[in-house]
Amino acid sequence: MNDILMDVKNLKKYFKTKKGPLHAVDDISFQIKRGETLGLVGESGCGKSTTGRVILKLIEATGGEVIFEGEDVLKLNKKDTRTFRENAQFVFQDPFASLNPRMSISQIISEPLIINKKAADKDDLMKQVRKLMDTVGLALRLENVYPHELDGGRRQRVGIARALALNPKFIVHDEPVSALDVSIQAQVLNLLGDLQKELSLTYLFISHDLGVIKHVSNNIAVMYLGKIVEMSDYKSMFLAPEHPYTKALLSAIPVPNVDITRERIILEGDVPSPINPPPGCRFYGRCFQRKDSCKDIDPELKETTPGRFVACHVVNEGKA
Amino acid sequence: MSEYLLDVKNLSIYFFIQEGTVHAVNDLTFTLKPGETIGLVGETGAGKTTTALGIMSLVQSPPGMVVDGQIVFEGRDLLKLSEAEMRKVRGSKISMIFQDPMTSLNPVIPVGDQIAEVLLLHENLSAADARIKATEMLTKVGIRPERAKEYPHQFSGGMRQRVGIAIALACNPLLLIADEPTTALDVTIQAQVLELMKALKVEFNTSLIMITHDLGIVAEICDKVAIMYAGSAVETADKYELFRNPKHPYTIGLLNSIPDIEKDEESLKPIKGLMPDPMNLPGGCPFHPRCDHATSRCAEVVPPRVEVAKGHFVKCLLFEEGGA
Repeated sequence: MNDILMDVKNLKKYFKTKKGPLHAVDDISFQIKRGETLGLVGESGCGKSTTGRVILKLIEATGGEVIFEGEDVLKLNKKDTRTFRENAQFVFQDPFASLNPRMSISQIISEPLIINKKAADKDDLMKQVRKLMDTVGLALRLENVYPHELDGGRRQRVGIARALALNPKFIVHDEPVSALDVSIQAQVLNLLGDLQKELSLTYLFISHDLGVIKHVSNNIAVMYLGKIVEMSDYKSMFLAPEHPYTKALLSAIPVPNVDITRERIILEGDVPSPINPPPGCRFYGRCFQRKDSCKDIDPELKETTPGRFVACHVVNEGKA
Repeated sequence: MSEYLLDVKNLSIYFFIQEGTVHAVNDLTFTLKPGETIGLVGETGAGKTTTALGIMSLVQSPPGMVVDGQIVFEGRDLLKLSEAEMRKVRGSKISMIFQDPMTSLNPVIPVGDQIAEVLLLHENLSAADARIKATEMLTKVGIRPERAKEYPHQFSGGMRQRVGIAIALACNPLLLIADEPTTALDVTIQAQVLELMKALKVEFNTSLIMITHDLGIVAEICDKVAIMYAGSAVETADKYELFRNPKHPYTIGLLNSIPDIEKDEESLKPIKGLMPDPMNLPGGCPFHPRCDHATSRCAEVVPPRVEVAKGHFVKCLLFEEGGA
């Protein structure tokens, strides 16, 4: 069996707006190996959530391929899409908005089992629900409570239990810990790590928090304005970032340690609008290493060293 | 006059609501010297924002009430001032930057006029002079003066927070309270805003209370830190002392919960359990149900504030004088 579970090729998603097409995801490619985690990191509006949604067919792609276990999921018919969705699940950011307030915890977790007819009878259903609650560390006494009675961490556990209900192979986590306090965040991150090992799950982990991303990922892809600007394994990404945006992003994180002083790169300005982006490098306007040629020619994502991809004229010329 | 600009002593703020009494701030003590920056750090519900509102006398009453303590600012207890006197302090001597720059700015007034508003209220300026000073403030925070006529929605999040900073600093306050000023911003924009705040703090020689949940920001910008838990400062120390030599089990737990980008760790060491309900705080030390070092005494005795090293205060029975 192929050890690449998810192979995304030239994925595009444009949204129509009054001012012109909004390039939310603009021609990105990546692969995720079975049992591994790809961390997708970037600032607001860079297209990371859209990427997660498009590959699970929650919104329709404009172009490209999403090969999951050898099949292009974007071409699947309705029935096969359903099977695909059993295998590929989504955990949402906001545990307040993603759980139905009128359903009890056991109803929320059992819903996917009922819809997909995975339970023989009521007893079997409750048995499965209790097992899932146990897996994610929810006390069984909570089965009849409603989401508003739970704190953020427990609510996120409900969302995770629901995603696990159909024994998926692949889960997209969209900022699953961003709404949580650090001490609770650490509990949930440890849970996700344990589940991945136990159930050999493959994750796409979306976050704006580089500390979290580094902690959970095998590989990291950095997005900027709909493009992947750098992709590599998590260690070399943090030890030796190559793309100027990655460098600036890493240097911008405040580190909770008073004995490390790092050189800080302060970027000018804001992220530009993804509507009708100019030709050339998307990062041109804020880049501190830019050259004139960057303005006109869009840099390709090139492998600079094995396993490491960078989309930058300056970096790639230096290596050539 | 004392050496402190602000001296908060045994402050307790409760909210009396139908369901019971919310103990938002409990016996909080900390001090701040002129020009110093203190970080108030804690998780949701630790009482950080209530503390800030308490200092500004903005706690909504009823149901909120300062039940005990003193807030001595420039030698005067702010809690004893009349509303009219307090209004002269607020915005001119003590001002505040809020977390969400979209909701704290008025959406139907141009940003320049919003800056001029504070100046008109507190400084003896004509409308024209106030407007000139307002554009100067915009330039100081890195916004082109011609944008003074624009409305908040025309600015990005980072720019809006800069406007908030301009309003707060317009009257050159002695004390600035920043309540999670960068939480709503992206990291690269957060870096810009923090850099700006650092520079302006020196330029205006302002003391700063930085309310945050991010210990990274504390390491970055503060001189000293108060770690808050269940409305109380469980540990207060100089920044270097706190990061190098944390004492309270909660502080240590908090530091261990953060994924460290400098290190490579297998799994995080989270603090077990949840924040207690401020309506129903556990007896004794509020942290004892989550603490790995808790003994039966911790459930009974409220730990006193002990100075373990110069300027380093801990509220934990482990460090009780003569104790274990």
